Amino acid sequence: MIEVTTDWYLSLGALLFSIGFIGMMVRRNALIMFMCIELMLNAVNLTFITASKHFGTIDAQVAVFFVLVVAAAEVVVGLAIIVSIFKKQETASVDILRSSKG
Amino acid sequence: MLDLILFAIPALFVLAGALIVIFAKNPVHNSMGLVLTLASLAVVYITLNATFVAMVQMLVYAGAVMTLFLFVIMMIGVDKAEQTKEEIKGQTFLVLGTLILLGSLLTYVVINSGFKWDLWFPAVEYSIEGTPDLIASTLFTGWVFPFEVISILLIVAATAAIALAYDTKTPRKDDD
Repeated sequence: MIEVTTDWYLSLGALLFSIGFIGMMVRRNALIMFMCIELMLNAVNLTFITASKHFGTIDAQVAVFFVLVVAAAEVVVGLAIIVSIFKKQETASVDILRSSKG
Repeated sequence: MLDLILFAIPALFVLAGALIVIFAKNPVHNSMGLVLTLASLAVVYITLNATFVAMVQMLVYAGAVMTLFLFVIMMIGVDKAEQTKEEIKGQTFLVLGTLILLGSLLTYVVINSGFKWDLWFPAVEYSIEGTPDLIASTLFTGWVFPFEVISILLIVAATAAIALAYDTKTPRKDDD
């Protein structure tokens, strides 16, 4: 009889964060890098909710809402930037983009 | 046993979707992998008694955010191949070094804890249900100030998106 403890959920969160981080480092398409950021944010959310269950408080679940709102705002602004860069340069690859250099 | 099944199956889907996100070539497949991850995470949230968060996850992430992603993918085209030429000098080694750093950090934390950390922070006996009224009563009492700040953030983000998308070059048609 195996019991599912908090560790399992935390491990899942760590794995998810690592996968998102690897994708963020390896992929060069700005859109896919954004998706990897979403993966990492979701790993953090999972950790928050696991903590909420483990310690029996609701505050961690409230914090998840703030992460959600920040993620939504970030996606809106980030995708708008990607689209406006794409209009000028016809690419979404982060290596070719030198226009944001100061 | 039911606990294990309810954890393992959604967890497998979460990881499979995450791997699709980083390995698929076609951006539409990537975004579908992300949908799989987010929806399975909602199931995991339900098993953790966070029902309202699971519902919001489905609505906001799997609904709104993914629609936005797909919209932009369709807008900038899916048939462009990702370029693989190395543009920055030594970027492969830099990435490898960063990955090894993160891997060793995580391994250190896991080994150091020895999966015994809940001896110091024991799990509570009771379980709370993340219902809307409980979350709202916490959000609007203890978290009012962050709530107001986050509303300012949303207004700024909406304004920024309009400012970025606004096309000043093309003359506007002012007939009728």
